Amino acid sequence: MMEIRTPKTHKAKRVLEKRAPKLVENGKKTLILHGTKTSATVSSVLMELYRLKKGGAIKYSRRNENIRPFESGGETSLEFFSLKTDCSIFVYGSHTKKRPDNLVLGRMYDHHVYDLIEVGIENFKSLLSFSYDKKIAPHEGSKPFICFTGEGFENIPELKQLKEVLTDLFRGEVVENLNLTGLDRAYICTAISPTKVFLTHCAIKLKKSGTIVPRIELVEVGPSMDLVIRRNRLPNEGLRKEAMKSSKDKPKKKVKNVDQNDVLGKLGRVYIPEQEVGKIPMADKSKGVKRERREGKMKKNKEEGSASKKLKESE
Amino acid sequence: MDTDMDQIYQTDVGNLLAFNPNHRFPSTPSSREELVKECVTEGTKLVQAIADTLFNFPSTESVDGPLVQLPPPTTKLPREKHLPRPKPPTKWEEFALKKEAKKDKIVSDETTDKFKRRHGYDRVNDDNDIPVIEAKASDEPGEDPFAKRLDDKKKRVGKQEKNRLQNLKTAAKAGALPSHVQLAATALPISGTKTQPQKIGKDALGDVAGLAATSTASGGKFDKKLPGEKPPKKQGKHHKYLPVVPRYGWVDEEKEQTNKVLGKLLSKHSHEILNVGKAINMYNDKKEKKKSGRSDKLKPKKDITKKKPYANKAN
Repeated sequence: MMEIRTPKTHKAKRVLEKRAPKLVENGKKTLILHGTKTSATVSSVLMELYRLKKGGAIKYSRRNENIRPFESGGETSLEFFSLKTDCSIFVYGSHTKKRPDNLVLGRMYDHHVYDLIEVGIENFKSLLSFSYDKKIAPHEGSKPFICFTGEGFENIPELKQLKEVLTDLFRGEVVENLNLTGLDRAYICTAISPTKVFLTHCAIKLKKSGTIVPRIELVEVGPSMDLVIRRNRLPNEGLRKEAMKSSKDKPKKKVKNVDQNDVLGKLGRVYIPEQEVGKIPMADKSKGVKRERREGKMKKNKEEGSASKKLKESE
Repeated sequence: MDTDMDQIYQTDVGNLLAFNPNHRFPSTPSSREELVKECVTEGTKLVQAIADTLFNFPSTESVDGPLVQLPPPTTKLPREKHLPRPKPPTKWEEFALKKEAKKDKIVSDETTDKFKRRHGYDRVNDDNDIPVIEAKASDEPGEDPFAKRLDDKKKRVGKQEKNRLQNLKTAAKAGALPSHVQLAATALPISGTKTQPQKIGKDALGDVAGLAATSTASGGKFDKKLPGEKPPKKQGKHHKYLPVVPRYGWVDEEKEQTNKVLGKLLSKHSHEILNVGKAINMYNDKKEKKKSGRSDKLKPKKDITKKKPYANKAN
């Protein structure tokens, strides 16, 4: 006994279509949550990360005791949240004796865990501790520059994965057109040792230089922290291959009424409906403009003129 | 992208991403600040490299500022959902392929010899437009052909709905259900008899809830009630106790009650209330029991069908 259920409102339909699998996907949303216990550092990191990603992130404020990303059974809650909020990246913060100031960055494929990487936070400096000229503060939701420095990002598999995850996290939406005046933030990640990465967020100052390309100056504004790699889980090969598949098909859009001609170039066809000249609505229907009236007036003037002439002649 | 400094950066302009794989810290930096400074300078170089390419793109002027068209990103990142799967052909589509059948949108109308559309306003064979249906030899008398036409239409619509459900089920099996449709199971699959499971009424539910409540230690008195749930009906005997101490100015109800009973007993017509016959019987029985003094168990059991000689004699 199955029943077909379709959305009753247009808004609901639009939401469902937005969440459906597509050829060209929307930007990934991030889910930020914390575990059983969090320290002050972890909670401020999560808060600031949420602020940096304001448009595309959802932050849960309650404790989640049954989420253990690295254990086989502990991911069900995460997958449920991901399904409900349509988030494909999650950041899970926790603090235990064994793993102090812990952050787990993970990604989802089809709302199932794809890969995970666990980092520890050290030397955290909050947004608020940086003092800078408020005019250069980056706007919310602007597309950032992402920079990686260090050979570790190429040679060490964990750092390679971290690079990919951080790119996914900070990237935001993929856009075709970019407004050059809206470039105001940059994330700098440097591999300072095979297991440590220094991450900081800077605002961009564009200075005049001789050419059209302005000189870039970076000013540290945002949170900065050291990430120490702890555990990680790579996706299995089959899943990775499937997730990396991209369709090369261009959407087949039928453009009607346009021809290409070698001699004349691009030709278009325009269809005009039949015009019935007698039935075209006239613009000015005021009394004085009607033809009969005009003609009548002219006659009258003529008569008057002739009458006055007669008078004159008679006089 | 080569820079002047003979260092090759890997840039992905579509993502505003830059990677410098060749940097090595010349010496372990002495202090944290020096480290941070060096990281930021390296970052600046990378951002400058991307900006060089960006600002050299052809830009179009817009209201907000110069717009450039970004190239598609080159770093491959995993998708968040699977690629949309192709829909399996519906039953009609399979049939159409085999028979090369076509359903035109404009059909010739028999009655008016014009071309009318198949569905919608002013359609072919509209049920409301038929003025006369000729009687055929096969028609039964008393059967309304107009009603029959409507009936047929209902059946066709029902069949179509069933077919639609079947098509959606095959699509769901192939993982290609359209995003705005959900298939919901409204009843459990029936095994055995075809009887529909009976719907439980409000009262029955209330009774069951009451039963469950009695299993608690406090008889369900302190159970949390759902909104709209009524308090349980009082079980057991319903006693009404009159107040012991009468209220000032009010009738002493308990006194009234006992007076009423006494009055009835001591009244002139009290003998009419008393069932004298029954009273005599009871008295005599008691006397006999006393006389015998033996327990009833040893006595032979009396035959109750035998009537006593002086039973039910009124005064």
